[in-house]
Order: sequence, then C-alpha cells, then structure tokens
Amino acid sequence: MNFAFSEEQEELRRSVRRFLEDRSPMTEVRRLMETEEGFDPAVWDQMGNQLGLQSLIVPESYGGAGFTFVELAVVLEETGGALLGGPLFPTVALATTALLACGDEAAKADLLPGIAAGETIATVALTEDSGRWDLDGVTLAAAPSGDGWTLDGHKMFVLDGHHADLVLVAARTAAGVSLFAVEGEASGLTRTSLPTMDQTRKQARLEFSSTPARLVGEDGAAGPVLGRMLDLAAVALAAEQVGGAQRCLDMSVDYAKTRIQFGRPIGSFQAIKHKCADMLLEVESAKSAAYYAAWAAAEDSDELPVVASLAKSYCSEAYFHAAAENIQIHGGIGFTWEHDAHLYFKRAKSSELLLGDPAYHRELLAQRIGM
Amino acid sequence: MTTELDVDQWLDANWDPDLAVRAWWQRLAEARLSAPMLAPPYGRQWDRQQTVELVRAMTRRGALGPPSGIGMMLAVPTLLAHGSTELVETLVPRILDGSHGWCQLFSEPGAGSDLAGLLTRAERDGDEWVVTGQKVWTSTGQYADYGILIARTDPDASKHRGITYFAFPVRQPGVEVRPLREMTGRAIFNEVFIEGARVPHANVIGQVGDGWRVASTTLMVERMGIGGATVAAPSAAVPGTVAGHLDRPAGSFGQARPVIDESMVSRQRVRALVDLARQRARLADATVRQDLARLYGLVEITEWHLARMKSGQAATGGEGNVAKLRNSDVVRLARDVAARILGMHATVTGPDTPGGGMWQELILFSPAPSIFGGTDQVQRNVVGERVLGLPREPGPPPDTPFRALPQNTVPARSER
Ligand SMILES: Cc1cc2nc3c(=O)[nH]c(=O)nc-3n(C[C@H](O)[C@H](O)[C@H](O)COP(=O)(O)OP(=O)(O)OC[C@H]3O[C@@H](n4cnc5c(N)ncnc54)[C@H](O)[C@@H]3O)c2cc1C
Repeated sequence: MNFAFSEEQEELRRSVRRFLEDRSPMTEVRRLMETEEGFDPAVWDQMGNQLGLQSLIVPESYGGAGFTFVELAVVLEETGGALLGGPLFPTVALATTALLACGDEAAKADLLPGIAAGETIATVALTEDSGRWDLDGVTLAAAPSGDGWTLDGHKMFVLDGHHADLVLVAARTAAGVSLFAVEGEASGLTRTSLPTMDQTRKQARLEFSSTPARLVGEDGAAGPVLGRMLDLAAVALAAEQVGGAQRCLDMSVDYAKTRIQFGRPIGSFQAIKHKCADMLLEVESAKSAAYYAAWAAAEDSDELPVVASLAKSYCSEAYFHAAAENIQIHGGIGFTWEHDAHLYFKRAKSSELLLGDPAYHRELLAQRIGM
Repeated sequence: MTTELDVDQWLDANWDPDLAVRAWWQRLAEARLSAPMLAPPYGRQWDRQQTVELVRAMTRRGALGPPSGIGMMLAVPTLLAHGSTELVETLVPRILDGSHGWCQLFSEPGAGSDLAGLLTRAERDGDEWVVTGQKVWTSTGQYADYGILIARTDPDASKHRGITYFAFPVRQPGVEVRPLREMTGRAIFNEVFIEGARVPHANVIGQVGDGWRVASTTLMVERMGIGGATVAAPSAAVPGTVAGHLDRPAGSFGQARPVIDESMVSRQRVRALVDLARQRARLADATVRQDLARLYGLVEITEWHLARMKSGQAATGGEGNVAKLRNSDVVRLARDVAARILGMHATVTGPDTPGGGMWQELILFSPAPSIFGGTDQVQRNVVGERVLGLPREPGPPPDTPFRALPQNTVPARSER
C-alpha cells in the first residue's frame, strides 16, 4: 500500500483544519459542550454546504461525493484533534456505514441522499443497559404491525440520540437481530440526554413504546451489517483518536519548552523529555495503525476486521496515555477546568470505551487472527 | 484488640446524630479520639490497628468522623514537631476540635516542583511580619481560618536558607481567595492573592530562616498521608468558622467522604470494585480478574508497607516517597479497571450509574494524586538523590544567594 496522502487529500486536511480553527475553536467547543444539543446547526450546515463532510463516503449514485474511507479518516483526524462536538461521527461513521452495508436498495435510495446533503442527522442505536457492542447485547423487541413494524424497549448510550432525525435501531425479531429505521420525531419515542463525562460528545437514552419503524435490509439479517459498521466505525474512531493524541503531544511539548522550574525548562529534565519521546513513539505508531486501517477500509480488504480491532485497541491506549501524560506534564494547571487538557482526557477515556475497550478489541483481534 | 478505652461503650455514651458538629468534635477531642495516634496530651499513642478498630466502630454506627483536612493532616504534625509550646497550645486544640479550618499556602505560580524557588516575601515590622505574594492550588483555602505559609524572608541568603514558615491568619484584609475550578467540575483549590497581610512574629513555626527544614516535615507527612498512613472515619463536615458546618447536626453528613480524600483506594474500595465486577458479570473475564488481583495485591502491600514502616523496619529514608509513588500507581490501576468493568457506563456521570457515580469521580480525580504533594517525577528525584545517593542534576552551587539565581518565569495563562 501507499501511505502517502495525495495532494487532494492534503488539501482536504488543510481546508478542514482551517474551517475548524475558524468555526469550531476551543471557545466554541466549550460553549457548545454546556448546551444540551452540543453543536451549532449553522456550523453543521456549513460542514455540508462548503465542505461536504457528510457526503464524503456516500457514493455519487446516492447524492454523495464518492470518496473513500481514507478521505473520511483525514477529516476525522482533524475533527478529533479539534474536539469537534456534534453528530458528524454518528452520522458518517455509524449510520452511513450501516446503510451502505445493509443491501436494501430502497432504504439506501430513501435515506442516504438526505445524509449526504447534510439535511439528515443520523445515528445508530445498538447498545443497551449491558453496554455490549455485540449482537448478544440486543434485546429490544420488534414486532410486525400492519405493513410495518413497531419497537418496544430501550437503548442506552446512543450518540447524539437526543436530537438525531434518523435513528437506525438494532432490534430482535422472531428471525433474529434486524435493523430498523425510526424517525427522530416518531410516536412512542422518548429521548433523554445522558450526563456524559465527555461533554463534547453527547449521548441519549431512547425509550421505545409501540414506536413505528421501517425494516432496513432483510428480517433477521442485521448481523453482518452491524459487524461491518462496527469495523468501519472502529477505524473512524481510531482516526479521531490519532488527531486527539497528536494535540496532546503538541501541548505537552510546547509546555515543556516554556515552563521553567529550577531555572530550566522542564523539558530539559529527562523525566519529561522521555515522556514526550514516548508519546511521540505511540502517536506515530497510532498513525501507522489508523492509516493502514483506513486504507484497508477504502480498499474493502479482507484484512479489515483484523486491522480495525488492532487499530482501535492501539489508538485507544495511545490516546488515553497521551492525554493523561499531558496533564502530568502540565502539573497543577493541567488539572484545572480552564486548561484544555481535561477535555482531551475525558474524550480519550470515553473513546477508549466507545465501540468496545482495548481488551475487548484485542480479544477480537486474537480470534480474528486465528488464536 | 484491647485498648485502654472501651470504644463501643464510649460511642454508646457519646455519639448522638442530633448533636451539633461542634459539640460532637469537642467530645471527640476531649476524649483524645480525634487523632488517637498522636502522643498525649492530644492523642492516645494508639497504633494503626487500634485506630482502625475505632474507625470500624464509628462507621458501624454511622458516626461522623473527626475533623479532616489540612489542619489535621499537615498543620498538627508540623506544629508538634517545630512549633513553640505557646503556639502548639493555642492552635493545636482548635484543630483537633474542628473550630479552625486550615489550608496549605506553599505552591506559587512559579514555584511548584521547585517549591524553594518561591517569591512570596515576608518583611519584619516590629512584632509582626508583612506578607506579599501569590499562592496557588490552595485546597480548601476558601474555608480556611489559617494557612501554613512559607515565604522568603531573606533574598540574600541561599535558596533554601532564606525561607520562614508561618501559621498565617487567612481571614484578614490583604488576603483574597479566588476559587479555581478543577477538571472534576468542583472548585476545591484556589488562588490566594496576598498584599501587605500581617502575621504576628509569635506565629513563626521553627526559626526565622529555617522554614525549609520545617516545610520538609510537612512534605514528608503529606507524602505519608497520601500514601495511606492516615486512618480516620470519614467526615464530610468541613472544620472551621467559614464553611458553616459546625452548627449542623453531626448525623446530617452521613458517610459522605471528606472534601480532601486521602485514601482514594482503600481495601474497602477494592472490595466494592470486586462486587461491582460480580454484579456486572465481569468476573469471568481473565483480564479483569488479573487486574483486580493485581490491585488487591498492591493495596495489601501498601498496608503492610505502612505497618513495616511504623515498626521501624523499613528505614531507607524514602518511606513517604515510596508510599506516595505506590499510591499513584494504585489510583491509576483502579481507574483503569473500574472503567473496564463499567464499560460504557463509565462514560456517563451522576448518581444513576452503577456505583452511584463514585467510579467516574475516581476517573476524573485520578490525575491529581501524581501531582499534588510533589509530583511522581519529584518523588523519584528525591529517591534517586537522597535515598540512593545518586549524583544530583547539574545546577548552580547550593550556596548561591537566591537573588543571583535565574527566576522561574510563568507562561501566560489562557483567558478565564
Ligand atoms: C488537586 C491539587 C491540589 C493541590 N493542593 C495544594 C495545596 O493545598 N497547597 C499547595 O501549596 N499546593 C497544592 N497543590 C499544588 C501541587 O503541590 C503542585 O501542583 C505540584 O507540586 C506541582 O507543581 P506545578 O503544578 O507548578 O507543576 P510543575 O512543577 O511546573 O511541574 C510540571 C511538570 O514538570 C515536572 N518537573 C518539574 N521539575 C522537575 C524535575 N526537576 N525533574 C523532573 N520533572 C520535573 C513535574 O513532575 C511535572 O510533570 C495541589 C495540586 C493539585 C493538582
């Protein structure tokens, strides 16, 4: 494979970075994290109209830009570095990837264009009280009703579930786990925001009570669809984690050069210098893992399941380690609310657990390489 | 365990949840039970085990623990080691019965790890000293009547010689305490701006110019405390005249943990974590089992280490450093295994999560213990240089006058 990004990809990175510096600086991230919605609809619209971020991996036949997962990874590395809040991740990394894998032409034709146009905010509701990221965790019941279906039960930890226009719900029918599309405003759907540790990424609890739903794909056939979604989402999250980890390293190195104790920059102490060097080692390794995984996703390689779990487990730990070391290198100031270090720490811890923690992914990896 | 006092009998006769905190703490202090490990006349010279029995008996009844915080943890042992008889007699009883709250005015914006680089100065004016400077990260400063404060009294002396240690009255004109919000969302620490504030000469602890030696006692006690040496029933009531807790019923604080919680990962908490893993059906997971067993082991070792230290068996001179470094490891491990057991539940805070939010608080507080009381890096330097006798890092000769040393500049802070 070729690890070098093309000039177009580099240009995409630059324009996303400029956009985020301009429209989502840390002051905005902090303002929005205190709000219930957690994002600015005007910025969301611009992300769609100016940059087309929501359309990146949607094929042109569904109104998308038809780029690959590599472009998406480039974008998510930047949004992860900037701690962009809001529904980009669930919309593109969860709902879009699930729809693309669902094999239901009608559903794709109906639902993808709205997402690609930036008009539909979408998410996937998979996890329940158990917090499990596999099909065994799905107990929410779906039953046929007239020519459609209804859902009863509840979902937990649904990213941006409190305001999404479209929720793809994993539910159990007589035939097994199936995927359903539910409108955000559907009757019998109660949405409650959860107090997230990482305030820049919102979650909700969704309660379904005879909620009308549309079956997406075959009844009982959501297993492979969700499996593919989870692999691609793991790769997407790994890219975000790389962006965040790099920022932690940058902050640490800047501070180590300017903070003076004992009449010397603290970076002149080997204890700190070696910490920074270790962070670099891990950030660079994380990049290699995330980029390789993005390439495997773009190429639709057979390796995807292996490298997705490999990247998710490695990048999760690299990010959290970088975020924790960043606070340590900053000393007292790193423990304050006013400093940004804690925002990365909270994002890193939450991302580590989102989609399954590193031990879970290492177990998947072990299975997938035949152990 | 037999003691000269029947703890249960005493508690039966004295614990009353309707008693005001003030009165309850007075009873504890009069019975020399606020800090029973101290020598008489303030304590009973109990050992760790006897004190643990008391804590158990109090916890069983839901009795409010003795006053906690900087006064108990740091000011009392420092005063007892270095204070004049007069100062000890006026200040120590007021700490033991909770009538005064204390804070630690050591760190400054430019003097954290390099504490002896402090710039706050104190100048003699007759029977008083006049103090000017800025302190920072002052835990519970907003509730304090007094602060243990170190200031430079002789800039011509060498860095460590020109420092003096004071029992400093905080509530006076010239002292402004501004809370700082922590990453946990709470504001326990503060910045303290001091402008021409006054402290009587009689409040100097130890000798003028010998404050660094006195501070070393405080830092040693602090390391030991963070390392787990303190044993006391929990008390969320804040001592002193400022917080307004003294007139509330002692029973109204329940078993909530103190504002400054030293033993974040006790044996009890390890058990709670094992129970949580059992409830969440995570005990069959080999990685969870391994980490819980590792954590259990480290917490046991901490207990034994402290006992060995008490017996004079472990005498490298670095006991406190070892205990504190060990604690940083334990906290990080507990944080990581708790997150693993909770999974997605760890990403949501508040009382509705499994464990009632305690583990999320641990996650958010986990970066602090490796910073406060001297960072992990500083502890390692001390172990390397003072315990193992390894050569020091190159630097100016130790007798260089403070004035002649390069100053620690402070990078600009972001807008608040
Ligand atoms: C929650 C909390 C409560 C606190 N409460 C109090 C309080 O009540 N009273 C009080 O006085 N202080 C308090 N502190 C302050 C604490 O003691 C200091 O934060 C600590 O000593 C570190 O100083 P600093 O923050 O200036 O970091 P710095 O000293 O600037 O350290 C930054 C980094 O450089 C490293 N470093 C510095 N020098 C060296 C060296 N020579 N070798 C290797 N590495 C080095 C440090 O380890 C750290 O990683 C509190 C801090 C916290 C986080």
